[in-house]
Amino acid sequence: MIFQFVINLAYLLGALAFIIGLRRLSSPDTARNGNLLAGAGMILAIIAAIAMPLPGAHNNYLWIVLALALGGTIGIIASYRVQMTAMPQMVSIFNGLGGACAVVLAGSELFNTHSTGVAPDTGSTTNILFTLLVGGITFTGSVLAFAKLQDLLGDNKFVLPKHSIVNIVLLIVLIALGAYVLMTGLEQSMTVAVIFLILALVYGMSFVIPIGGADMPVVISLLNSFSGISAAMAGLIYDNRIMIVGGILVGASGTILTLLMCKAMNRSLLNVLVGGFGGGASGGAKGTGDNVVKEISLNDAAIQLFYSQSVVFVPGYGLAVAQAQKVCKEVDDLLSANGVDVKYAIHPVAGRMPGHMNVLLAEADVPYPKLLDLDDANNALSSADVAVIVGANDVVNPAAEDDPGSPIYGMPVLKVWNAKHIIVLKRSMRSGYAGIENPLFFHEKNKMLFGDAKDTLSKLAAEVKTL
Amino acid sequence: MEVIQFFNDNVVLIYMLIFTVILGFEVISKVPTVLHTPLMSGANAISGVVIIGAILLVRTAQPDDYISLGLGFVGVVLGMINVAGGFAVTNRMLEMFKKKK
Repeated sequence: MIFQFVINLAYLLGALAFIIGLRRLSSPDTARNGNLLAGAGMILAIIAAIAMPLPGAHNNYLWIVLALALGGTIGIIASYRVQMTAMPQMVSIFNGLGGACAVVLAGSELFNTHSTGVAPDTGSTTNILFTLLVGGITFTGSVLAFAKLQDLLGDNKFVLPKHSIVNIVLLIVLIALGAYVLMTGLEQSMTVAVIFLILALVYGMSFVIPIGGADMPVVISLLNSFSGISAAMAGLIYDNRIMIVGGILVGASGTILTLLMCKAMNRSLLNVLVGGFGGGASGGAKGTGDNVVKEISLNDAAIQLFYSQSVVFVPGYGLAVAQAQKVCKEVDDLLSANGVDVKYAIHPVAGRMPGHMNVLLAEADVPYPKLLDLDDANNALSSADVAVIVGANDVVNPAAEDDPGSPIYGMPVLKVWNAKHIIVLKRSMRSGYAGIENPLFFHEKNKMLFGDAKDTLSKLAAEVKTL
Repeated sequence: MEVIQFFNDNVVLIYMLIFTVILGFEVISKVPTVLHTPLMSGANAISGVVIIGAILLVRTAQPDDYISLGLGFVGVVLGMINVAGGFAVTNRMLEMFKKKK
């Protein structure tokens, strides 16, 4: 009696910790504390699940302890080994494993039905099917998102013609199969249920494949919300409140977060899912042929920066890949020491995920007040002497402002062309992640400084030191 | 008729679902862009709560039912990677914000 009360209380406190933790995670000052609180809630819930009385259960604690130890070790090691630049993939793969866990749970229900021959009622069957569907999509979708961000796949090689129609057909087949299982009863339609699961797994991949790399954060966030829903569905199978509350909470807040991310890119979710930019060739309208690209020497660039009043760095994924954040800070320190006002313009989707760039720069000890968000950055840019673009591309593309034919038309961008001079640090003339031509490179104010971001910045730092 | 019966039987559950959905919508209404990635990562770790189901699966399995035990074991491992890795990675991201304040 008392023991059951303690268990119930532990679950309740765990659920509360999730809610308050999530709330605190959404404000900068309390975020870290919120994460720890939610983590503590999880530990409490796991302990309660291990300790709760289950009449007649064999417990098999050895299996549980071993599995917890194994999973915990893998998770912690992976999270400390991962490079900050690879963070989005990491989140995606963790998320996929959560989905896989839900699939395993529903799969074990299938197996139980098969071995006992006793059919669960319609409600439970619906639940099992939903868990298979949502969990399956989460699993393969997240793994594919991981593979795409990790550049394990070539660009959109696997997209079929009329891919969105293929997806819709797949979804209809899934619904039909699900309805069939519900009508004939799970114990009579094992094979169909297994086909249902396989198709759900295929659908997960098919759903993510055509989505362009630049939209991947939105997809990961959406899949995150799916994994919450699958956890809640699995919670219904086990009639466990904290799974339901935790899962639904993530499902709902994940949906909101997904929409917030879409808003930051000024696009609708539907647009992201169906129309993805990845392949867009229509942006090449400006052509490259007769436009001239001007180059600047390291020495000239160093002089220009050193004697400016204000410099705004625009970091992008290229900076992250080159691990150039620390060298960038070094250049910043040298310039600041000479009285140059140095700021960083952070586009909401700079890097590969919202907030990703802030994390990378914070890692390099760039003071928080130097990081400007979109609006502040555009104000600062209009009075800046030099805008230095380090490995960013699509987020500084003027086509988003003035070329209605461009796939990114309407996306808010950093208006670097309002600064007096522009210097673009770039490896080559290749187009950006979204595969769109950037007229900025041919802008009259712009000068290119070709080379690896880290390498160029360290040479720049060396040049500045000689001045 | 079946629907009405279902509603009556599960009315508390339905309340809980609706309230939690609204709570989930409201709880992160205003989030600065900086926190989108850590927030997503933290929420992802919370969705690892699915591990509870895997633990219960292992506990209720017969000791000689190796299929259920195996599935449960795999479930706990997968869930635990999600939970431990998720919270650790979120903490790592947020640690960087703390330093320079």
